[in-house]
Amino acid sequence: MTQQAVIETTPAQPGLIDDESAGPGHASDRADQEALVAEELLVEEVSIDGMCGVY
Amino acid sequence: MSTNPRACAGSSSATAGTAASPRFDLDRSWRIDDRVAVRPEPFGALLYHFGTRRLSFLKNATVLTVVRSLAEHPSARAACAAAGITAAALPAYERALATLAESQMIRERARPESTGP
Amino acid sequence: MTAAALAPERPAAPGPERPAGPVPRLVEQFERGLAAPICLTWELTYACNLACVHCLSSSGRRDPRELTTAECRAVIDTLERMQVFYVNIGGGEPTVRPDFWELVDYATAHHVGVKFSTNGIKIDPAVARRLAASDYVDAQISLDGATAEVNDAVRGPGSYATAVRAMENLRAAGFEGFKLSVVMTRHNVGQLDELKALADGYGAQLRLTRLRPSGRGADSWPELHPTAAQQRQLYDWLVAHGEQVLTGDSFFHLAPYGGPLPGLNLCGAGRVVCLIDPVGDVYACPFAIHEEFLAGSVRQPGGFAAVWRDSELFAELRRPVKGEGEAGGGACRPCQFYDSCRGGCMAAKFFTGLPLDGPDPECVRGFGAAALQSVDPAAAPRPALDHSHNGPVRGRAAGPVPVTISARPAALRPPDLRPATRPARGCDESPLAGFVPRTPTDITRSTRRDGLT
Repeated sequence: MTQQAVIETTPAQPGLIDDESAGPGHASDRADQEALVAEELLVEEVSIDGMCGVY
Repeated sequence: MSTNPRACAGSSSATAGTAASPRFDLDRSWRIDDRVAVRPEPFGALLYHFGTRRLSFLKNATVLTVVRSLAEHPSARAACAAAGITAAALPAYERALATLAESQMIRERARPESTGP
Repeated sequence: MTAAALAPERPAAPGPERPAGPVPRLVEQFERGLAAPICLTWELTYACNLACVHCLSSSGRRDPRELTTAECRAVIDTLERMQVFYVNIGGGEPTVRPDFWELVDYATAHHVGVKFSTNGIKIDPAVARRLAASDYVDAQISLDGATAEVNDAVRGPGSYATAVRAMENLRAAGFEGFKLSVVMTRHNVGQLDELKALADGYGAQLRLTRLRPSGRGADSWPELHPTAAQQRQLYDWLVAHGEQVLTGDSFFHLAPYGGPLPGLNLCGAGRVVCLIDPVGDVYACPFAIHEEFLAGSVRQPGGFAAVWRDSELFAELRRPVKGEGEAGGGACRPCQFYDSCRGGCMAAKFFTGLPLDGPDPECVRGFGAAALQSVDPAAAPRPALDHSHNGPVRGRAAGPVPVTISARPAALRPPDLRPATRPARGCDESPLAGFVPRTPTDITRSTRRDGLT
């Protein structure tokens, strides 16, 4: 990298992602997991373009 | 802004094939589409459709057994029964087959003339 | 290609007993790696008619050790046996290889689907008609701006025109749905709607991918990568366009903004994808061309199959994520969004000099940007090999390409974007001019990551 490289100085922005979602986030994570088990999704689909590492 | 990082079930664009999709007819004859490659994996299988370029991930060995045996049975229901699927478990497999039908991985086939029950 | 004509199905590869009970999420299955890649990138040559500023493979000059046609066919045979569904053929510019079409035809005849990435230089009307007639070959045109001004600043004068000509030929030949692939930069994020319109106009599908600081990209990444605000803008635009716009799953680090975009949303390196380079070296991914991520060589005993199966590097990548009680998995594990961003892109961290168990340089919470402040850019890793052109590229003016996109003060303009050069030797047009092999081919270092010079 060149000496003139401008280092990105954007600080962590608390307003960008709501930190308060930590609590409710975990609860709904469990609900998601339970829903997944109940659904027993036996088939999932992805486009062949949906793999990272292929340009 | 509150975010739920698991807003979608799973991390793929899962096509659940639930009530919103056309109902899957278990009593019709089905088979894997000619343009689909089936690749067994330890957990189940990968199906890749060379025409649509979609990838389907079969998450257990039983659904793979059902899919691979579809052409040998007069109906999808018969294929499920032959694979040992109980009545309680059947809805989940019906949904799985509906998903595969919607993405053209499996298709209906002409039912042969039946000479018996 | 009928089911009957497909290669006999492989028996299920041996693996650990899967527990009964809840069906694991897709991402957990894939993170442990599969018995064969689902798809992979295969760079056919380091030769290229262009000299793009951000080239992830530092391409330009052919390497004298590149795989022969016979060796390439052997690789395809292996991919067929492993049931690799498709291969993305790239480079350099793959179409400059004289055996390009022979290899594409061989692949499709052997049940390996092909998509090839090109700058369009060889896509004349006859080629376009040939492509339109084949169901198993997809084409991807690279372009990094909706206008020549924006694009050519990165890809060189005339490159926009070349791409557009190729797209017009494909459209005229009736090839619907070819890909228009754009690397997102600070200068083209403002052109998202125009890029979509451009693709639509040619009947193509737009694909937007992430700029990684790989290859020559390391030099320009600080000035070229989107700003935090632009990342947010891009994410929102992608959500609005759903699966109409492809991403190559390259934006899973943005998932914390509001949920995952379509795709596996995980780093596929060494697990579901990898790279085969022009000399047959196998790397974890095309954005990680560096000895650190070298898994082996297709020229070693057992070839590509042995590398995929036995490489120490890949075994390490496939181990369950550290962090169940261990310090590894590091700084990101406590973050509530780790589950969706998975710590971001390994290559992006590596080439910016960040630790692999910490935040991605473009972490949406800003932790990566903060971490970069402690990094000495001069100490960031650089690959040993560089196939960049040494002198002026044919048809391109010598000297720096001035970037005058905006009226920003000179201090904030991107610096000289010309790729790093070594002193010119002899004729600059010779593909071997100035080339000095630095890493001798050594097939015995195949599956070992240590012992590299």
